[in-house]
Amino acid sequence: MKLESLYQEIILDHYKHPHGKGLAPDFASEVHHVNPTCGDEITLRVSIDSANPEHLLVSYDGQGCSISQASASILFDQLNDQSFETGEKAVEHMIAMMQRTQEPDEDILGDGIALVGVAQYPARVKCALLSWMAWKDAAIQAGAEVSANTKIANSIELGEGK
Amino acid sequence: MSALNVAAIRADFPILRRTVRDERRLVYLDSGATSQKPFQVLDAERNFYETCNSAVHRGAHQLAEEATDAYEAARANIADFIGGKPADLVFTKNATEAINLVSYAFLNATLKSQQGRDLPAGSEKFILSAGDEIVVTEMEHHANLIPWQELCDKTGATLKWIALTDFGRLDPKSIQEVIGSRTRIVAFTHQSNLLGTINDVAAVVTRAREVDALVLLDACQSVPHMPVDVEQLGVDFLTWSGHKMLGPLGIGCLWGREELLSAMPPFISGGSMIETVTMQGSTFAPPPARFEAGVPMAAQAVGLSAAVDYLRALGMDNVQEHEHMLTQAALTALSAIPGVRIIGPTDSKDRGSAVSFVVDGIHPHDVGQVLDDLGVAVRVGHHCAWPVCRRYDVPATTRATFYIYNDLDDVEALVQAVVAAKEFFGA
Repeated sequence: MKLESLYQEIILDHYKHPHGKGLAPDFASEVHHVNPTCGDEITLRVSIDSANPEHLLVSYDGQGCSISQASASILFDQLNDQSFETGEKAVEHMIAMMQRTQEPDEDILGDGIALVGVAQYPARVKCALLSWMAWKDAAIQAGAEVSANTKIANSIELGEGK
Repeated sequence: MSALNVAAIRADFPILRRTVRDERRLVYLDSGATSQKPFQVLDAERNFYETCNSAVHRGAHQLAEEATDAYEAARANIADFIGGKPADLVFTKNATEAINLVSYAFLNATLKSQQGRDLPAGSEKFILSAGDEIVVTEMEHHANLIPWQELCDKTGATLKWIALTDFGRLDPKSIQEVIGSRTRIVAFTHQSNLLGTINDVAAVVTRAREVDALVLLDACQSVPHMPVDVEQLGVDFLTWSGHKMLGPLGIGCLWGREELLSAMPPFISGGSMIETVTMQGSTFAPPPARFEAGVPMAAQAVGLSAAVDYLRALGMDNVQEHEHMLTQAALTALSAIPGVRIIGPTDSKDRGSAVSFVVDGIHPHDVGQVLDDLGVAVRVGHHCAWPVCRRYDVPATTRATFYIYNDLDDVEALVQAVVAAKEFFGA
């Protein structure tokens, strides 16, 4: 069975006991992303950390398969209260891992390295990336609205210039 | 005891010899999405390309003659299979295009009439005005929903739908209430691709006739699986796809009543569908050519004709009986697994072989992944019928569909794989 490489124990743990699930009442931006082929959904909110305005707070809620939901839980662990640069780097790394162009790096992805097996199943890649793309979308929208936060605005320009 | 000799049938399907995922036997339970193809169909298509390939209805040479004969002979054979006349059968790219062809007849007739343009005699049937209603059901495939939503969006007509019972059937009361004096067409499925329900066509047709509405029947999941006769059904349009009935990809069918097809303006325009052309304007060929612009899919038509021959030789009554036996076995065995719930009718009466289910605590995508790992190919998701999932409050389902090359071993493999999924996820 190759299944164990896809569904590592740590993935199933995140799926059954998701971290940080539930939407925060206050937010700078909210996005709703779906995977139309299978109905996975995530609502993700980003707000600016008032104590540390360079950091973005994350909250989310969603439904879907174990991969999509575990991935959202891992994203919360890695990106909540982190800077846009840190988050964007993690998103890029996650995409590269799914495309098999980058070896998993635990320093960047944390438990997310356990998602490496998903890359063998093209149909599931979108499940794994759903929340990460949602985070990037929400972070950019939050940055666009909070123009005073020049640090984020600069990062966004870099991100979109690629 | 099966009505079919499955071992002999399986020998005709080369793909069933391959293995998947670490040398496992392929248990193909996704024929509702697309069926596999026997040698006879593959050979017919190859033979066309090897012996008479050319553009049909064009050219003064012998190959063009033979290709045209092959294409038109295929039309006659396929039309006969559903009890229709060849002139009333239009080939399309797929069933989705066949349904769009009818919805666009409404749109184009309405737009041309607003511009005061010439329209074929009898086209009033297709001209919509404010307050007109289009009726579908809540169990439609997106292919028989979105084209009508779009038509309503563009014309101001209102979309209404027949509700479902908790047991996966059309609500008879809703049929009476929703189809009314302003209904212009009722478009509904013969067999639900998600629930497996076989609908009571007569009940809908009877009500539609009372209010003088047209009836389109989406037969994608019925023509491949049971005897279908357009005259017996009494519908105005029948749409279905070739690839779900052993035929090639890239060909679908629209059968329509002669007087209706004649009254419809064209959908896709271009070569082959014209009568005369000047720089100022054109007149159009009679059906079916009016609806077949461009060089048609002749090889696919020939392949589909071979598929029809294959099914006819088996006997559609036997096909239906065989699938019924498998469906009954699957419903019984799946229902016996704790935590498994069938979405759709749980009895096999008036029910086709699409068996959708959910497993408590495991998302359908994850169920499908374990099944795939064991060689069992099913479909997961909303099956292009998202409103049906919403109606029964499930995000998605796992769906097995059975066909002529499946047997009780395949049902058993499915059941064992579902049990394995439960064990794997500890559900």
